Amino acid sequence: MNALLSQEVPLSWYLLLSAALFALGVVGFLIKRNLITVFMSIELMLNGVNLSFVTFAHQWHAVKGQIFVFFVMMVAAAEAAVGLAIIIAVFRARATLAVDRIDLMKL
Amino acid sequence: MIENLHLWYIPLLPFVGFLINGILGRRLPKWLVTIAALLAPLAAFVCVLNAVQSIYFHLGSPYAPRGILGYGINGYVPLPHIETCPLPWISIPALHVDFSFVLDQLSLVMLLVVTGVGFLIHVYSVGYMKDDEGYARYFSYLNLFLFFMTVLVLAGNALVMFIGWEGVGLASYLLIGFYFSKKSAADAGKKAFIVNRIGDFGFLVAMFLLAANFGTLTFTEIAAKLGMDPGWNGGVVTVIALCLMLGAAGKSAQLPLYIWLPDAMEGPTPVSALIHAATMVTAGVYMVARTHVLFDHSPFALSVVAIIGAATAIFAATIALVQNDIKRVLAYSTISQLGYMFLGCGVAAYSAAIFHLMTHAFFKALLFLAAGSVIHGLGGEQDLRKMGGLWKKLPVTFAVTTVGVLAIAGIYPFAGFFSKDAILYAAFLQGPNGKVLYAVGLLTALLTSFYMFRLWYLAFMGTSRSEDVHAHESPVSMLGPLVILALLSICGGWIGMERFGAFLAPTVGARVAEAISWRLLIPGTQFSISLEVLLSIVAVLIAIEGWLIADRFYRRKPTRPAQWAAAMPGGYKLLANKYFVDELYGATVVKPLLGFSRIILGWAVDVGIVSGAAWLLGGLAMFTGAILQRWQSGNLRSYAAWLTAGAAAVLIFLLVPWTTVWPASMELVWKVAGH
Repeated sequence: MNALLSQEVPLSWYLLLSAALFALGVVGFLIKRNLITVFMSIELMLNGVNLSFVTFAHQWHAVKGQIFVFFVMMVAAAEAAVGLAIIIAVFRARATLAVDRIDLMKL
Repeated sequence: MIENLHLWYIPLLPFVGFLINGILGRRLPKWLVTIAALLAPLAAFVCVLNAVQSIYFHLGSPYAPRGILGYGINGYVPLPHIETCPLPWISIPALHVDFSFVLDQLSLVMLLVVTGVGFLIHVYSVGYMKDDEGYARYFSYLNLFLFFMTVLVLAGNALVMFIGWEGVGLASYLLIGFYFSKKSAADAGKKAFIVNRIGDFGFLVAMFLLAANFGTLTFTEIAAKLGMDPGWNGGVVTVIALCLMLGAAGKSAQLPLYIWLPDAMEGPTPVSALIHAATMVTAGVYMVARTHVLFDHSPFALSVVAIIGAATAIFAATIALVQNDIKRVLAYSTISQLGYMFLGCGVAAYSAAIFHLMTHAFFKALLFLAAGSVIHGLGGEQDLRKMGGLWKKLPVTFAVTTVGVLAIAGIYPFAGFFSKDAILYAAFLQGPNGKVLYAVGLLTALLTSFYMFRLWYLAFMGTSRSEDVHAHESPVSMLGPLVILALLSICGGWIGMERFGAFLAPTVGARVAEAISWRLLIPGTQFSISLEVLLSIVAVLIAIEGWLIADRFYRRKPTRPAQWAAAMPGGYKLLANKYFVDELYGATVVKPLLGFSRIILGWAVDVGIVSGAAWLLGGLAMFTGAILQRWQSGNLRSYAAWLTAGAAAVLIFLLVPWTTVWPASMELVWKVAGH
């Protein structure tokens, strides 16, 4: 057991976790109706990808992956700001957040 | 350092006049329009005179030139004087074309005629067009014409000449169709333009051939290349010369493209005088003289020119015999006189042709303007049969018309005599074929004299044949130019062929000068006369004979023309209907072309192919759009699904090792199928 603990977590585990997160995000994106849940699914996908980045950065001792993660987080933050603003605007106009009902390119 | 004569002022000034009257004309008061319209050609004329003066000064002064005139080597401006725009126009390895103007003896004579006569006709137009609504429009077109005509004349290469060539065609079209609300005028304008296009096609082909074979379009360089290599004979030179002649025939109304000129009389009469008698229609003659080296190297092309000229001269003269519209008589006489000029060119007597061009510009402008004065005086009446006895009512017009008629008939010592005589003489010297050309020319002279005196008798002599005619003499602005042109028609020929030929010799060669100097001893006397004088006497006698016949027909026995017409109904009908050439062209060219256009181009090509292709493309786009628009539902989750499916497809495409999977799966299919 000790031996097991002292060993590093293998690369594939991280990647599997990353893929699982991403897949969860995709599924949530596809099946959820609430706009905020859809939005959160996107965040989930982004973070799944981030995990891959960090994993590989650690594996290959390359700092580039870490930097990319910063970029992704920044873009995600900006996106969250804009996206939430849009969601609030949509909700005010339509009194609903069901994506199936929001099918016009205008408020 | 050769002085700069600023040749480009000459075309520019009329162009400025065109811009002023063309853009602002309707808003300017009439007197300002008049001033702008008159100043433009006058200033151009002054510029030409300045050029003449500088050249005369340099050629003729014993003391060194000084001051603003500058000087060249040994104190004279060498002619030809070429001015080139510093920026090249077309510069590719095979061809270099500059925007260049050339002033030599030939273009100098033409410039004097174009701007001088042009100015007089502008002055005349002030009176003639006084009450016309399109006063400013008229003068802007007239100035535009002068601009293009001076470009044509000054051109140092064929391409610049082509600009002027097309431009005068445009101005001519605009002025023929000046009364565009009248259908016949609009049609005549179109006819002139389209027929001229056929000639322009010849000019274009000639230019392409020149560029391909000589690598230059500059007249002096072509002449130099031809002069260096005597091997240039026949062949391509003949083709080029014939194409040029096609262009000249279109512009100068020669057989078989003359048909537009009689119809061009729909324009205002001063326009007929300026464009369709004195200047533009002579552009073809000028062009042949300008490119004469090509013709000189092709005897065949030269004889074609001579035959076309002689045939046109007599053909048009016979039609003119029976026309009753005063302007149509003059139009056919113009065609006939242009035929003379081409006859002159065709026997390589270019200077004689240019001489006739000049005198013809004087007396034909005079005759047209006098006809305009008659029409003006009679309130628009053009039918000779309704005139008569006008000499009392229009004394000045009568006097100047008499001068014009005497000049065109070739009576000594009026201008037409000298130039016509020079052409006939040159034709006579041109071997045995020349004698035939001479005979045709002489017969034409007889006809010319007859129909001009017919016009004279019908319009001015006898008694008035129409009661409701209240003729009045024209204003001074019209009579002034008439009197000046009458003086020119009297004196214009006095310069004499020898001096004129010697002046032009550097530019067009001096082949006329090689006259045979045999003399005829008058039997029983000590006196002998030279061939030239003898031929002159014959020509004058012929002209007087024409007069006498006209006198018998239209004064002493006024019933005779009707008798003759009744005696030869077929011949009369043929002439009165102008040999049915318009009908012939209508049946053989226009109608088939219209039919072809309507059925093949209209239905098959336009409706079928062009329109069909447009409908097909549009239909295809609408069909695919109708299908694809279902995709764009606006439903976010369906978009997301497609996006995911696409990403998955890409992933599958990238990750599956197709090279191994594909054969294996094919094998599986093979086995499943039962093998």
